[in-house]
Amino acid sequence: MSAKSTRRDFIKASAMAGGGFLLSFRWNDALAARLTGSAPGEVAFNSYLSISPDNVITILSPNPEVGQNIKTSFPMIVAEELDADWKNVKVVQANLDTQKFNRQATAGSGAMQHSWDRLRKAGATARLMLMEAAAKRWNVSSAMLTTENGFVWHKESGRKLNYGALAIEAATLPVPTEVKFKDKKDYKLIGKPIHNVDNAEMITGKPLYGLDIYREGMLLAMIERPPFGTKIKSADVAAAKAMPGIVEVVVFKDKVAVLGKSTWQVTKARKLLKVEYEPDGAVESTTDHDRLMKQLLDKTDVKPLRKDGDVDAVFKTAAKVITREYQAPFLSHACMEPMNFFAHVRNDGVELIGPAQLPEDTRKNVAKLLGVDIEKVTLEMTRMGGGFGRRQRSDYSMEAAELSSLLKAPVKVMWTREDDMRGGQYRPAMLYRFQAALDADGNWIGYRMRGVGVNSGNSTRPDHFPAGAVPNFLVDSIDHKSPVTTSPWRAPSENFLGFAEQSFFDEIATAANRDPIEYRLAYLDKAKKSPVGAVKYDIDRMKGVIELVAEKAGWGKNKKVFQGFSAYFSHGSYIAQVAEIEMQNGHPVLLKMVAAVDCGVVVNLSGAYQQVKGGIIDGLGHALYGEVTLKDGVPDQKNFDTYRLIRMKEIPDVEVYFVDSAINPTGLGEPALPPAAAALANAFFKATGKRLYNQPFMQEETMKGVKFG
Amino acid sequence: MANYTLQINNKNYRVDVEEDTPLLWVLRDNLGLVGTKYGCGIAQCGACTVHLNGAAVRSCVLPVSAIGTKKITTIEGLSANGEHPVQKAWSELDVPQCGYCQAGQMMTASAFLSKNPKPSSEQIEEAMNGNICRCGTYHRIREAVALAATKRK
Repeated sequence: MSAKSTRRDFIKASAMAGGGFLLSFRWNDALAARLTGSAPGEVAFNSYLSISPDNVITILSPNPEVGQNIKTSFPMIVAEELDADWKNVKVVQANLDTQKFNRQATAGSGAMQHSWDRLRKAGATARLMLMEAAAKRWNVSSAMLTTENGFVWHKESGRKLNYGALAIEAATLPVPTEVKFKDKKDYKLIGKPIHNVDNAEMITGKPLYGLDIYREGMLLAMIERPPFGTKIKSADVAAAKAMPGIVEVVVFKDKVAVLGKSTWQVTKARKLLKVEYEPDGAVESTTDHDRLMKQLLDKTDVKPLRKDGDVDAVFKTAAKVITREYQAPFLSHACMEPMNFFAHVRNDGVELIGPAQLPEDTRKNVAKLLGVDIEKVTLEMTRMGGGFGRRQRSDYSMEAAELSSLLKAPVKVMWTREDDMRGGQYRPAMLYRFQAALDADGNWIGYRMRGVGVNSGNSTRPDHFPAGAVPNFLVDSIDHKSPVTTSPWRAPSENFLGFAEQSFFDEIATAANRDPIEYRLAYLDKAKKSPVGAVKYDIDRMKGVIELVAEKAGWGKNKKVFQGFSAYFSHGSYIAQVAEIEMQNGHPVLLKMVAAVDCGVVVNLSGAYQQVKGGIIDGLGHALYGEVTLKDGVPDQKNFDTYRLIRMKEIPDVEVYFVDSAINPTGLGEPALPPAAAALANAFFKATGKRLYNQPFMQEETMKGVKFG
Repeated sequence: MANYTLQINNKNYRVDVEEDTPLLWVLRDNLGLVGTKYGCGIAQCGACTVHLNGAAVRSCVLPVSAIGTKKITTIEGLSANGEHPVQKAWSELDVPQCGYCQAGQMMTASAFLSKNPKPSSEQIEEAMNGNICRCGTYHRIREAVALAATKRK
């Protein structure tokens, strides 16, 4: 495979200050536009790697790191095509730089899909220039040269030079317009389990995270935020302000900030605030949401998001109609590192440091808030103690900027766990109704699905299976606007939709008296041979993971365990899972999850395993235990004592198998989560004869008295 | 405010703080030992775990006034350069994802192994159950504790 630079590409080689080779890229090509779905001409990527004369290869990692391991896997790709010696590669986290980089974002499992070709090109281009430099030095044709582990070789004469020795000359050469990428079979790094580049810092407790930022003269700020749907009626801050160590108490935007020198003094002073609130719009409780969502399920005249065939007609004549509803609560993102940000607003510029999944948005929002030129705002990205979508919002970074501006001092805003859970952003609450029409022979002839959510946007995925396979098909969606703030939560909507869709499918297969895997494969074949409407998932890749998981899990062979199946497509990747439950002393015990994954080329095997295992554990944990409920705009859950996360004793074993694929990498941060709860629920049905419809499962009537895990 | 002399990682530190200040905030705000993390503040997640005379404790609920002459070890003191068997095992098995909870996990694991050098898998799970990992690295943590047990001298 090769990549040709287009006219608008701009690759520049230049000498580094202090000697060495600096290769910078500015690409603006049609391929990029197609991959990201953005308008042609919008995408401009600029990667940058440098090689010093003493042979240190520095690769900048431009994307925010939340634990998805991008800081290790991105540089691996550059190093692979460069044929660098990984031991000599130094990885540095880039700051936000919209001139040099494009899409410095952690969202939608999209980084790898976006940057795969760009990173390969960065490495391959530098490699060619180093070879050219060696050819000149030795006065031989570059066609006679090879590279290996950081050296250019002239095998015929046995000569070799390391990249550092060639760097200065390489920088003076013209940049090649066409480069060849390696064949997958020649990979030395990609596909291998390469360890996290930050391991040494993490295991010795070095400062890496936003909360670890301390600066001279910095004030620590904690903020009291109003219940959802209310505003401040009165605020008595005198007692708090009089406490030792407190520098200022500020009322702003219906919030009260306490600022001081130490976290503990601020914590104590904050408790003395007397703030009264009054309604400012709808003050809602979970009981309101339950009622509203139920009503919306029956709303008429909703515009379909996808409509094939004649759904109304087929449901009137069907031999059997199956209707099921599935409900999801709000969830907290519960990042282990709570929200925080450092800001120093000075006359000459604004310094921002902290955790941000969309740093470009953060910078933009802060510049707008303060009314300063965006060029004057710098943003340093810290490693994040989890993100899960929560840090796509700039609310907490804007708080820091606003307080720093008001106090004319460097400020670090810190959210406590309680702030994080009570005043934060949630996975939207959702309710789905699925209907299936079967004919007298058990053929699935009609499908109708509606998603309803609280600030969920479109809670459906209208082109998901069984789209294309069921001839009469309709999906629509209704969103209730609420003051309760929501934001993307790992695999938005799909984190619950995956469970609902796949549980419903299991019921249809059961009603048709068919094995769910055999039934799924039959309908995928149907979508392939005689598709109705557009088919926007890859049927072969979907079948591939289903067949692989059936083989690896020994589907239907082990009679001692109860197996549940699910398969799901999201973020470009395909994952099928089988859950295995064993009855022990009358209790269902989840022993094992088996996952088969097609994410294209696996970049870092160690990180990839963990994304899948962690995604499954995350999916199971939240499905079993996770719930935020509200009373009059105030969440009932405040901390990990009432908001329960899965713990070590509750996890099943997880086996992960990757499809050996040569296609470009697709998403992996999110896709393993959506199918997990369905596999569990379907196995639970096999074991107990009972279905689970609402999360968290442990609150379901059928789970009463059940000890799980 | 009161003066305290704390023995941390074999060094003496003098601090002037309010007596109910949790050790966690003394470490982080006053001493710059930020490897010990805040996660919940109510001893539920284990991110703030340190050793007090060798036993694992939650520094977020331990008032500085209750420490007296007891010896404190934080992640920074487990070893200077990652040579402790637990750190080596964590590195070898590539345990961390986001990494935020891992200092607490390692402090719990190291205190546990010094009391129970040859634990069963069930004992490891029991010991580690108080530490939350939101990324779900539990499988590797469990393996790493077992591996660390084989590395201890």
